Amino acid sequence: MTINDHQHIIHVENLVKKFGSFVANDHLSFHVKKGEIFGFLGANGAGKTTAIKILCGLWKPTAGIIKVAGLDAYRETEKIKKNIGYMSQKFSLYDDMTIAENFTFFGGIYGLRRKEIRLKMNFFLEKLEIMEYRDRVIQALPLGWKQKLAFSIAIMHEPAIVFLDEPTSGVDPVTRRQFWDMIYEAAHEGITVFLTTHYMDEAEYCERVSIMVDGRIEALDTPGELKKRFSVQSMEEVFIRLARK
Amino acid sequence: MPSSVIINQVSKSYKEVKALNNISLSIGKGELFGFIGPDGAGKTTLFRILTTLLLPDCGNVTVEGFDTVSDYKKIRQIVGYMPGQFSLYQDLSVEENLKFFASIFKTTIEANYHLIEDIYRQIEPFKDRPAGKLSGGMKQKLALSCALVHKPAVLFLDEPTTGVDAVSRKEFWDMLARLKKENITILVSTPYMDEASRCDRVALIQEGRILDRNTPQGIVAAFENPLLAVKSGNMYRLLFDVREFQGTIRAYRSGEFIHAAMADLNMHDLLRNYLEDKGHENIEVHEAKPDVEDCFMALMNNPHPVPPPFGGGSKGGGQTNDHQ
Repeated sequence: MTINDHQHIIHVENLVKKFGSFVANDHLSFHVKKGEIFGFLGANGAGKTTAIKILCGLWKPTAGIIKVAGLDAYRETEKIKKNIGYMSQKFSLYDDMTIAENFTFFGGIYGLRRKEIRLKMNFFLEKLEIMEYRDRVIQALPLGWKQKLAFSIAIMHEPAIVFLDEPTSGVDPVTRRQFWDMIYEAAHEGITVFLTTHYMDEAEYCERVSIMVDGRIEALDTPGELKKRFSVQSMEEVFIRLARK
Repeated sequence: MPSSVIINQVSKSYKEVKALNNISLSIGKGELFGFIGPDGAGKTTLFRILTTLLLPDCGNVTVEGFDTVSDYKKIRQIVGYMPGQFSLYQDLSVEENLKFFASIFKTTIEANYHLIEDIYRQIEPFKDRPAGKLSGGMKQKLALSCALVHKPAVLFLDEPTTGVDAVSRKEFWDMLARLKKENITILVSTPYMDEASRCDRVALIQEGRILDRNTPQGIVAAFENPLLAVKSGNMYRLLFDVREFQGTIRAYRSGEFIHAAMADLNMHDLLRNYLEDKGHENIEVHEAKPDVEDCFMALMNNPHPVPPPFGGGSKGGGQTNDHQ
């Protein structure tokens, strides 16, 4: 694999992460292109969360070369955090604060100025057609709204990469697709999207996907190529073939 | 088929939020019945009412002939309940949890071992491990074993597969298919639409209402519009273009294709020509069979965002809500 740092927004070479004698990430090597929608799939316990935490600068790798947005995952973790956005179903927004307060709070953490925050908030609230609800407490909103808002806030500082950890879990099918419209739009604007999901139809929406099994990447390609390789019709079948080994 | 669970005009509100809106259903003995719907649809509220843990505002429910309000003690002896949130004793070992559940139902692990054997065998190597230290998949298997150890007549499984990977989900449903042979009535809720096909019958549920109830085949057969699957070299633009096509009622992503519900039959060639004119290449258009998710979207009466339930955060308040 030839690596070009200018094109590869995430560059991972032989990433190893051990917890005692347990190897959670066993020599992972992959890259993600700028503006790509990359699906990071795997069974529960395969080591996805560990890898994501390392890529987000939260955990130190045991070994390997890891560059995120050109930054080193050993020494430049604070800079990495400023250049990425993150959301998951478990952690998204503060439930007891209003929509506007969440924007102000997270905008502040990302180091945006008040004026920038206001502009960004107006932009997203208009796009989501919920401007008049800006002073509503998050708790009272339907799950689908929360997830769309959380995504907007995760990209309000225009990060190089946004990490989405099961962002659509439990969301209704219509909202799930609206969420994907937002993902495509973000990628279209040059934000790299790195995501996990258990919905196998969503694996099809990714440009490339990797599938992790027991700490290793067992396959990495476009959904079309993976289906061809295993002579199957769906990504679900690809996943089951690999994860069942 | 004699009924096992009868739900009669049940409603339940939390402050202004109508969690369940006049639900009526009858579930047969030995049936594997699925409640399919997103978070917040009311699935957990319904399960709590069925398992006597919550009182309905109006309507009534019987489980195996017992009323959930007046005969709640009888029902608790004959049902198994696996809540969405892991709720076994984290500091007891795997075996201790199972023994505990067996003993409160005045039975033993051995008495009904054949029921749980298939599931419990997989976690038995870890029987001395505290339940809190198990992986997600193992917790799920232990919780199911505990819900089964007293050989319930009715088993309630609230979102057993949420957040679970595709392989483990498949294995879980294989387990349920085997349990069904023991003539246990099984009620399962799930947000994964594709799991509907594993049930005898399903109810599609959204915002406290039943959108449809039928066999999975019946649900799909009721889909009204001709459905086309469309693909081209530029999927991002394709979605916008298909939506703008005159004959399109709804268009949305579905796996590697875009599904488009059409106003009329035979729109196939018109759509292709239209897309060619729009400059698309490698166009593929063919008729598609709707799946349960296509049907669910057709049935959702508000395809666009609806105003949220206002006036206080009761949706997320305390224990009596669907978000876990």
